[in-house]
Amino acid sequence: MSVRVYIPTPFRKITGNRTFVEADGSDVNGVLRDLEQRFPGFGEMVFDGEQELLEHVNVYLNSQEVRGLEGASTRVSDGDEVAVIPALAGGAAMTPEMVERYSRHLIMDQVGPLGQRKLIDGKVLAVGAGGLGSPVLVYLAAAGVGTIGIVDFDVVDRSNLQRQIIHGTSDIGRPKVESARDRILDMNPNIAVQTHTEPLTSENAMEIIPQYDVIINGADNFATRYLVNDAVFLAEKILVDGSIFLFEGQVTTFFPGEGCYRCLYPTPPPPGMVPSCAEAGVLGVLPGTVGAIQATEAIKVLLEQGEPLKNRLLLYDALAMDFRTVKIRRDPACPLCGDAPSVTELIDYEEFCGSPFHEGPAPVAAAAGS
Amino acid sequence: MSVEVRVPSMLQKFTEGQKSVQLESANVGELLASLEDSYPGIGNQLLEQGELRRFVNIFLNDEDIRFLDGLETSLSDGDVLAILPALAGGAR
Repeated sequence: MSVRVYIPTPFRKITGNRTFVEADGSDVNGVLRDLEQRFPGFGEMVFDGEQELLEHVNVYLNSQEVRGLEGASTRVSDGDEVAVIPALAGGAAMTPEMVERYSRHLIMDQVGPLGQRKLIDGKVLAVGAGGLGSPVLVYLAAAGVGTIGIVDFDVVDRSNLQRQIIHGTSDIGRPKVESARDRILDMNPNIAVQTHTEPLTSENAMEIIPQYDVIINGADNFATRYLVNDAVFLAEKILVDGSIFLFEGQVTTFFPGEGCYRCLYPTPPPPGMVPSCAEAGVLGVLPGTVGAIQATEAIKVLLEQGEPLKNRLLLYDALAMDFRTVKIRRDPACPLCGDAPSVTELIDYEEFCGSPFHEGPAPVAAAAGS
Repeated sequence: MSVEVRVPSMLQKFTEGQKSVQLESANVGELLASLEDSYPGIGNQLLEQGELRRFVNIFLNDEDIRFLDGLETSLSDGDVLAILPALAGGAR
């Protein structure tokens, strides 16, 4: 039987840099022995002294791990695809459970064991476990981002459930950070979740934000949006900013020293001039699209793959189903990241925005619900 | 110069619900004046004492006019001008 074998990056030096090779055999063992004969060095990468498959190497037949089939004696047919995936990638070994869970990542050139290790080592903070935070947290957890922080002081309300897919009806009244944590740990128990149940303020932001590599902004008000921007810049972290209104969304990714939210919008609108989602409404699925884009950006940043939305603002119009990007850039006159900054530490953002930090229930209500 | 102005949903109440309007002007400042003439009230949302409000960005094609010539930026036939106010929503 002739099968196609996927060779992962670390083994490719043995196969002359080929990603796929053809091999013959009646079962998995035969296929691997064929490769061992043709590519010196391959055998010791996959077999131990007893000629058994090494524990940290997983072999997949058409995307199914062969240990769950008949192991090395699993029969193969013409045209089958075999993948040989080492679980070791620079850190602790992935467990067989993780290798199976992340198998669709592990067989990708752009992720692979090394990329998955970067995700596992990644630390991402979601500001808000609401409309944007819901898809962000679910996809980051599913992807295996190893440390996920959630900051939100609010409790789940029935009116959240039209769009906040991380929470359920049985969570009404619970703190959002707890509901979100339970949901994503159920999705992926391999990750660590850090919950921050207090409102993000000028007093605690520089304790929380520096613990993470990438911060995803899903704040629902301008004061928090500017606070997060300033704290992320001062902590030299990466910010994936997203915002939504009715049918429209905006997303961009800020890298330290290459422009910030203040370069884009130097000051917030006066209170009341720009309505919030609570006042104007929002299409329930809109934060799903925008949050999924934010999660994509964070994962690309952690993987160091692709082109993030650096110096680009993505504009999404759900009604027109139109995506476009415009160019944005660092403003040399920016008070935070410009040439002569006047903002060198966190300020009073309520005063800056002329409005209270949080609409709706006060933090007191959140405390009462917990 | 005939220019398409894209109106964000937040301001469509001023343009009778239209997402985009076509106007003739030589530069951005004149175009905003013409927009106010056609749709009274919208100008105050965009300008304050003759200057663009700092939470509103205007993009000519894909460039922020602040990095071109601001309100003096001249327009050409077929240009697209997008008005982008800051949005705060995270849909909590």
